[in-house]
Amino acid sequence: MIEVEDVYFSYPNNVEALKGVTLTIKEGEFVAIMGQNGAGKTTLVKHFNGLLKPSRGLVRIDNVETTKTSVAALAKNAGFVFQNPDHQLFSETVEEEIAFALKNFGFKKDIVKQRINWALNLLGLTQYRKTSPFLLSGGERKRVALASVLAWNPKTLILDEPTIGQDYRQKEKLRQFILQMQTQQKTVVIVTHDVEFVAECNPRVLLMKEGKIMADGKGTEILTNQEVLNQSSIVLPQIAQVFHKLSHFGLPKNIIDLYEAKNILLKTLEKRQ
Amino acid sequence: MSVFDGLKFRKVYSPIHNLDPRMKFVYVIVVFVVAILFNQLLVLLALFFMPIPFVLLAGVQREWLRSLRGAVFLATFIFIINIATRFLGSGYVLTIIDVEEAIAMTVRFVVLVESFSVFFLTTSPDHLGLALEQTRVPYEFAFAFTTAVRFVPVLAEEAQTIMDAQKARGLELEKGGFLKRIRNYIPILIPLIVSAIRRSLELAEAMESRAWGATKNRTNLYELKFHRGDFLLLAINLIMLATAIYLRLQLHFGYVSIPTISQILF
Repeated sequence: MIEVEDVYFSYPNNVEALKGVTLTIKEGEFVAIMGQNGAGKTTLVKHFNGLLKPSRGLVRIDNVETTKTSVAALAKNAGFVFQNPDHQLFSETVEEEIAFALKNFGFKKDIVKQRINWALNLLGLTQYRKTSPFLLSGGERKRVALASVLAWNPKTLILDEPTIGQDYRQKEKLRQFILQMQTQQKTVVIVTHDVEFVAECNPRVLLMKEGKIMADGKGTEILTNQEVLNQSSIVLPQIAQVFHKLSHFGLPKNIIDLYEAKNILLKTLEKRQ
Repeated sequence: MSVFDGLKFRKVYSPIHNLDPRMKFVYVIVVFVVAILFNQLLVLLALFFMPIPFVLLAGVQREWLRSLRGAVFLATFIFIINIATRFLGSGYVLTIIDVEEAIAMTVRFVVLVESFSVFFLTTSPDHLGLALEQTRVPYEFAFAFTTAVRFVPVLAEEAQTIMDAQKARGLELEKGGFLKRIRNYIPILIPLIVSAIRRSLELAEAMESRAWGATKNRTNLYELKFHRGDFLLLAINLIMLATAIYLRLQLHFGYVSIPTISQILF
């Protein structure tokens, strides 16, 4: 469980990135944090594994205050995948890249091997086992970065902009994977600008603006609320746009799911015929 | 890293910022030369206080002080080495003159740091590039120089992100013995270098697609010209240099002597 209580955070250059954030993320929850650039999204999630410590207020992970423990200890429970894979890849082979964190956390040799195989397989990277990560394409590098974090099977997974540079099929795989994590009662937090991806996943959505949480609720609730979205320069997901524009036909406005949309439209069409 | 903070340019306007960078550089050189010509504490102290009006006029006192604070470590080191060599070299005695000379050497170092700091704090990389170009440095070199200067803060920020990313994977930088600690930095340095190279290749392509080097004579949007303030600074520079050389020659032939601080005090 992640508990954030009235957290303020200022960077050394006196930019106040968080101005009183309070929230609780329960175990097994799937949360998408959205908002404009500079709204404080990344700053907030960096508190979840102790990379940043609050200037005021407190952050507790599983009832332990982040100021009272090390990043390494917190990281073992909260895997953080950074936005740009080039900020972490450094090994000669993909295999070694994945092994890096496992070795840091002191896993036993046979478990390391086993976990590498598991992670490679999970992200479809097995054929690149001995390839240098620098020779892979952008999307593949991103998956290596993800694999290197998933490998130690953290309880919470934090993904910063996971869909950037991924084609539709990879995004779909990512979505399936997140759903699978949820069945294992794992907490997933994503930071993203990708409205369509969030609409498809329909998680709990946190909307941030200028260091504060502006809205917090179900995906269907927030992603169909034009007023709130406007304030953070987010446009409605395409399906919601269609339903908003057709609302004078008596269609509901709070639809973001493709399957649900199809059923409602079918019903309406059948009625007309 | 605080030394570098003291060299970081911030865009503000002041009479000092508007001075021609070439003239400011001449000022730095003159201070440099004078600081090397004399090893008397009195002169060096005068040099030490000289940039203060410039700093106040430019309104960069905070950053300037930070650069001085950054120099404290090296200054202490220089002072200790000076004291130690004098102490050991003279058969384990230390006179007040020895101490004064050690202080003089330290102040000399600080003088160099502070004048460079004033220069970099009040000169934008763009102006610096223009100045290089107008002193007939080939444009390729001038551009490479300004780009390098401009990318320093970007790289520093990137290094921080990389450190965070690796810490998130359980890297503990402060763990282990001396060699282990150096090895801990490999996961930071490799991504930093790789992404710097990648970025430079991208920059090169982006520039070539915008016709970099298409003609020999580029048009400059701005041109540096000497103004009244620059001539004033030139006058200050010349007077300072002339006086210093004159005084140094007088000193050399024994016509004058500069009192030590201890003589003045006691």
